[in-house]
Amino acid sequence: MTRLILSLLVVLAFVTLPFWMSDPYILGLLILAGIFIIAAISLNLLLGYTGQLSLGHVAFFGIGAYTSALLSRGFDVDLGLGLTLDVAPKPVWLSFLAGILMAALFGWFVGRLAFRVRGAYFVILTVSFAQVMRLIALNWVDLTEGPMAINNIPSFTLWLPGLGVTTLTTKAQNYWLVLAVAVIAFVLVAHIVRSRVGRALIALRENEGLARSVGIQVTHYLVLSTVVAAGIAGASGGLYTHYVRIVDPDVFMFIYTVTMIIMVVTGGKGTLTGPIVGGLLFGLMPELLRDYAGPEVQWIIYGAAIVLIVFFLPNGIVPAAARIWQRLAALGLRLVPEHLRPRLS
Amino acid sequence: MTNAATTVFEPASMDSAALPDGAPTALEITDLAVHIGGLVILERMSLSVPKGKIVSLIGPNGAGKTTAFNIITGYMTPSAGSVRFEGHDLLGMTPDDIAALGLVRTFQRTSIFAGCSVADNVLTAMHLRGRCGLFGAIFRTPSSLREEARLRAEVDDVLHFVGLQGRAGENAGSLAYGEQRLLGLAIALAARPKLLLLDEPAAGLNPSETERFKELVRLIRDDGVTVLLVEHNMHMVMSVSDKVFVLNQGRIIASGPPAAIQSNPEVIKAYLGTGLKKRAKA
Amino acid sequence: MNGVMLGSTYALLGIGLTLVFGIMRIVNFTHGEFYALGAYMAYLFVAQLGVNFFAAILLATAIGMIVGAALEFFILRRLKTTDIDSVMLLMIGLWIAMQNTEQLIWGGVAKLIPSPFAQQPLVFGPVSVSPLKVFVLVTAIVLLIAFHLLINHTRLGLAMRSTFQDRDVASLMGVNVGTIYMATFALGSGLAAVAGALLGPIFLVSPTMGDLASLKAFAIVILGGLGSTVGATIGGFVLALVEEFGSGYVSADFRDAFSFLVIVAVLILRPQGLFAPKERVG
Repeated sequence: MTRLILSLLVVLAFVTLPFWMSDPYILGLLILAGIFIIAAISLNLLLGYTGQLSLGHVAFFGIGAYTSALLSRGFDVDLGLGLTLDVAPKPVWLSFLAGILMAALFGWFVGRLAFRVRGAYFVILTVSFAQVMRLIALNWVDLTEGPMAINNIPSFTLWLPGLGVTTLTTKAQNYWLVLAVAVIAFVLVAHIVRSRVGRALIALRENEGLARSVGIQVTHYLVLSTVVAAGIAGASGGLYTHYVRIVDPDVFMFIYTVTMIIMVVTGGKGTLTGPIVGGLLFGLMPELLRDYAGPEVQWIIYGAAIVLIVFFLPNGIVPAAARIWQRLAALGLRLVPEHLRPRLS
Repeated sequence: MTNAATTVFEPASMDSAALPDGAPTALEITDLAVHIGGLVILERMSLSVPKGKIVSLIGPNGAGKTTAFNIITGYMTPSAGSVRFEGHDLLGMTPDDIAALGLVRTFQRTSIFAGCSVADNVLTAMHLRGRCGLFGAIFRTPSSLREEARLRAEVDDVLHFVGLQGRAGENAGSLAYGEQRLLGLAIALAARPKLLLLDEPAAGLNPSETERFKELVRLIRDDGVTVLLVEHNMHMVMSVSDKVFVLNQGRIIASGPPAAIQSNPEVIKAYLGTGLKKRAKA
Repeated sequence: MNGVMLGSTYALLGIGLTLVFGIMRIVNFTHGEFYALGAYMAYLFVAQLGVNFFAAILLATAIGMIVGAALEFFILRRLKTTDIDSVMLLMIGLWIAMQNTEQLIWGGVAKLIPSPFAQQPLVFGPVSVSPLKVFVLVTAIVLLIAFHLLINHTRLGLAMRSTFQDRDVASLMGVNVGTIYMATFALGSGLAAVAGALLGPIFLVSPTMGDLASLKAFAIVILGGLGSTVGATIGGFVLALVEEFGSGYVSADFRDAFSFLVIVAVLILRPQGLFAPKERVG
């Protein structure tokens, strides 16, 4: 009960935030952090629940970003053999959905291929996939403009019942959009995790051999979680592209995958709130450091933070906080007479 | 669970005469062979498990018992031979396909989902009995919610059966060793097997825990589940089995009711130096 | 010729990575940074401190080994967990920290290492090559031979091979596993550093050069099978030739994409590597 009230209060605080925190700089930070938190939520499904360390997750983010950007601006591309594909600009919300679908499709494809191998091989394969994507974005200039980047990407438009199609122009509007997508992603993952499907995923993480012995189809569930995670990451890429309004091959940079992983691991992989806690921390930290340290020093601190986390908080902040909370609760209980104590668990 | 028999050779509940050759067969293994490198692990091993019975597969260490289990349940592929379960050819099928046919195993090394609660372990093992997919999970459709409630209601029954009632909320990894073995059995049972393969269920258990396991195996059989047991504990094997196969150096050297096996000179030779010989003479 | 020269240095790079993976079970994401470190040290000594070119390469290698040994001693050794994912994360953290330290010290602009060799190519009949490239090729080949001698014909090599086979048994036989780990990581890092110091004068030196080197090393190691030094040697040459022919006949833009395509193709078609390691580490 207290949990429910507490989470409602947190949600309320986030929803009303633009009213009491109108500083556009802070809002901008929160928007970018939120976009990465969405990606981290999706990675958590794969890394935290299914137990697969994919180091190519940024590829789905980038695919979502490029797909949505290209469709919303329209493009024509020479496919060779005298064929040209000419696509007229589409509404942004439609491009956004197409970006999600495209990322999910790639997720299916990569999942089918990559899960033939596990462990170190899987990790290296996923890294390579993201690198191939980056090189394609860099070199298929006809489609992606290569390093010149795609500019003037339209801002997000939303079709709202009664209002028709509206363009989101202010920071606050974009903030609410990101918040809404983040809430949807969170609920989606929460529902999956606490279901028969989620239990199958967790079973694969815990003990693949045993999972198979009770009839869990390994490949099916691994691919399923990749598709869902890729789709959500694609959504976060789409949000990014229409907020920043420029996209270049750097969206495929390995460092973004690393950022997502740090967010998940710091917050606590395999916990629902972990990516949010870690995401807020690492999404805002570089900016907080900005006045005191150059970008290199920031990154060095980032790297050192990872090392420290692996050493001292291998399970992340959320589980550690939960343990402290339990200990405090138990301490509090000792002051209550035995027959009045609520039953734990 | 009662502490039933403590006698060493409690007569098996079924007399050998009650095993007519025409009894329907659950599992039929024919001429199974496994060669790894130059090593022969199994050589033309054949055995058949009659429906509704407890059949044990015994043999000295390294005889190939666990290999046979791994082949039956799809974790390994043999070099030759066939494995048939209720008319299905199991070779080439994956472990999860085989489980879907109703053939479920336990593992020699304790195998549980250590990071999950005891209840979730059982619930996870009921995978095949649910149908809820991604759509049902995301939108929490009425049918998926009904299914969830139905399965959750059964968790207690399974835990009660193995004697882990009251531990549902605990983390499986924090259970004591004996309890983890019981949870391993609960996981296999939750998958509703027709044929249950138990790989050394009593390994590492103390005598009273072994007794309890023995009782459980009987109850499982009486419930209509066929049991194939690999076990080193001869007390357990001889007291619960309806039929025993003896595997030595990759071959079945004897089969029959427990009483006949105990006096079989081939078997005594294979076990020379182990406790069985002494007891058989006594 | 270019392909063979690249191949020999790629082989050094690949061997270093496969050695650390094979013996320590660590996916070493800092490998490319040691390659960059080697190149930067060569730059520091030659261009900034005016040290003799050859001595600078030696110094760069030595520093690579010392930093590697220190990293093993002060960080890896203190880590409690052996969970492969956690160790991988740790290595990623170190990689980011190392790369940005280089960027902080030398800036993002690419640097050129002056070499004492003549610019005009040597002409052997139809082939013309630059003397610097001949030097790199010869040095790399000598190092490859020296490495194989070290692994196969020295006590250290023997200890490393036995640790590779079975850490616990090696430890029981009196091998100091801690020392072997340190030697392995130092050797692996030294090989990366020397590859960087050799290729640095041919290409340019920049902070992100390590990223591509890491990924190419992974491609090489996957080609040869994780843990196989012979495989890594062959893999190095194969990758270099694939790159040369690929950029010659397909597209130079995608030169660096070939290593990833190689990884993807090999893992999908033949996950155990092209040259399944019969003889591992040596």
